[in-house]
Amino acid sequence: MTDVVIAGIGQIPVGEHWDLSLREMGVRAIRQAVADSGGLRPQALYVGNMLSSILSHQANLGALLVDYAGLNGIESYTAEAAGASGAAALRLGYLAVLSGYIDCAVVAGVEKWTDAVGSELESALSMGMDYDFEAIPGLGANGQAGLIMQRYLYENNLEADALAGFPILAHANAVNNPNAMYHKAITREMYQKADLITDPLNLYDSAPYADGAAAVVICRRDLLPEKPVHPLVRISGSAVAIDTLAVHDRRDPMGFEAAHRSIQQACRKAGMRPEDADMFEFCDSFSVYAALSLEAAGFADRGEGWELATDGTLALDGRLPSLTMGGQKGRGNPLGASGVYQIVEAVQQLRGEAGANQVKNAHCALVQSLGGPASTAVTHVLERISD
Amino acid sequence: MEVPRHWRLKQQRYALVGEVCPHCDSKIFPPRDVCPYCGEEAKTQYTMSGKGKVYSYTIMRDAPAGYEENIPYTVAVVALEEGPMVTAQLTDLGDKPVEIGMPVEMVTRRIRQDGDKHGMLVYGYKFRPAVRA
Repeated sequence: MTDVVIAGIGQIPVGEHWDLSLREMGVRAIRQAVADSGGLRPQALYVGNMLSSILSHQANLGALLVDYAGLNGIESYTAEAAGASGAAALRLGYLAVLSGYIDCAVVAGVEKWTDAVGSELESALSMGMDYDFEAIPGLGANGQAGLIMQRYLYENNLEADALAGFPILAHANAVNNPNAMYHKAITREMYQKADLITDPLNLYDSAPYADGAAAVVICRRDLLPEKPVHPLVRISGSAVAIDTLAVHDRRDPMGFEAAHRSIQQACRKAGMRPEDADMFEFCDSFSVYAALSLEAAGFADRGEGWELATDGTLALDGRLPSLTMGGQKGRGNPLGASGVYQIVEAVQQLRGEAGANQVKNAHCALVQSLGGPASTAVTHVLERISD
Repeated sequence: MEVPRHWRLKQQRYALVGEVCPHCDSKIFPPRDVCPYCGEEAKTQYTMSGKGKVYSYTIMRDAPAGYEENIPYTVAVVALEEGPMVTAQLTDLGDKPVEIGMPVEMVTRRIRQDGDKHGMLVYGYKFRPAVRA
């Protein structure tokens, strides 16, 4: 079977882009990725997006972006899986290229967050939950994470600032990422004084929602010249798993079962164990989700995932470098685009193009995106192809 | 306005009507006609007692549209006596601090108001600290 390789990457800085529309952001990322691939001609565009139908009053992004990117005639449509939409779009592209029906595809994640304000945004975010039985009773996405965090601290008998290590790590790594939303490190004292959003969850436990667009070009290995423009990265594992949509429907809300399954399946496909990876880009949309993701992947025992953020394990020179370009907390969380940003950042690391944040000897990266509290979990294994 | 959407859930919103699985006897809420425990068909109606304990809780300080008049308000996941868990607001708390494990019971209250004074009102279950024996 042919290798599916990532031949090009593109991203715009994450932030509040009052001057850019959804289509402009998407097209910039797509064109950057195509240029980075050396000008490959894609036959398909798979789009990851969560909220354009409600926040931008725009559906059918496939047609919109293909048209505006000057790619008329090719196949295109959107994958939606809440915060895992971008990763789900990559999965679509991977399967298409692997099947042989498509030789080369662009996968683009795009989210336009700042075209609405206030309670409208809260309502839009709630769409990722069980509308009838979570949102109607008055819960929001931040509240859902607050409920999980409350129980996590309670069951494990933890101090209020136990999860501070995740935003501290993310912000420290974002400082050197020119595409990150924030370039300022934070301290434990700042975390302890932060305003509560959905108690006990505070401002620093929640990644900031923002505008963003990122894209990758993927293709069959044998389409590329012997001496490619960049070190090549192949997708050696890919898996999606589902858990209940509503937190209250889980037998064990403290176990991210879908996150566990998708890691296991993606690693089995890649012929490796999770601990063989040189780095792990996981979902830190909320700090408690970061802790639960590490536990689900088997890197920590139940109730102990938070320790990895404070004992140096996740640092750039640690045993399992994570959130290496700032994660969602430091880089920003453009929802449906986040999964593609994670992939772009992992490729930067595997190519050796991560600048001051370069992880030494990074050959294999685990990348996991979550939709909601791991209602959907998408995992990809990326490997640098040795010369 | 989403009138039919709320109307068709009236039994759940006003009375916590769920189901019981005829195969494994699990109680199910909300109803889904397929038992999440054994996978068999489960269409027998079963009304929950409305008594339970707080599994976890949080305070909403920024609310989605239609809920602003209540902020800040407390939302909990309540583990019902019969087994299922439900997400619901806590009410009538007074000065009582909320705690995990606290016994609560279901009451019917106004949940949401759509738009101005002509907007639709949505009623449904909330939970208060247990007072019934």
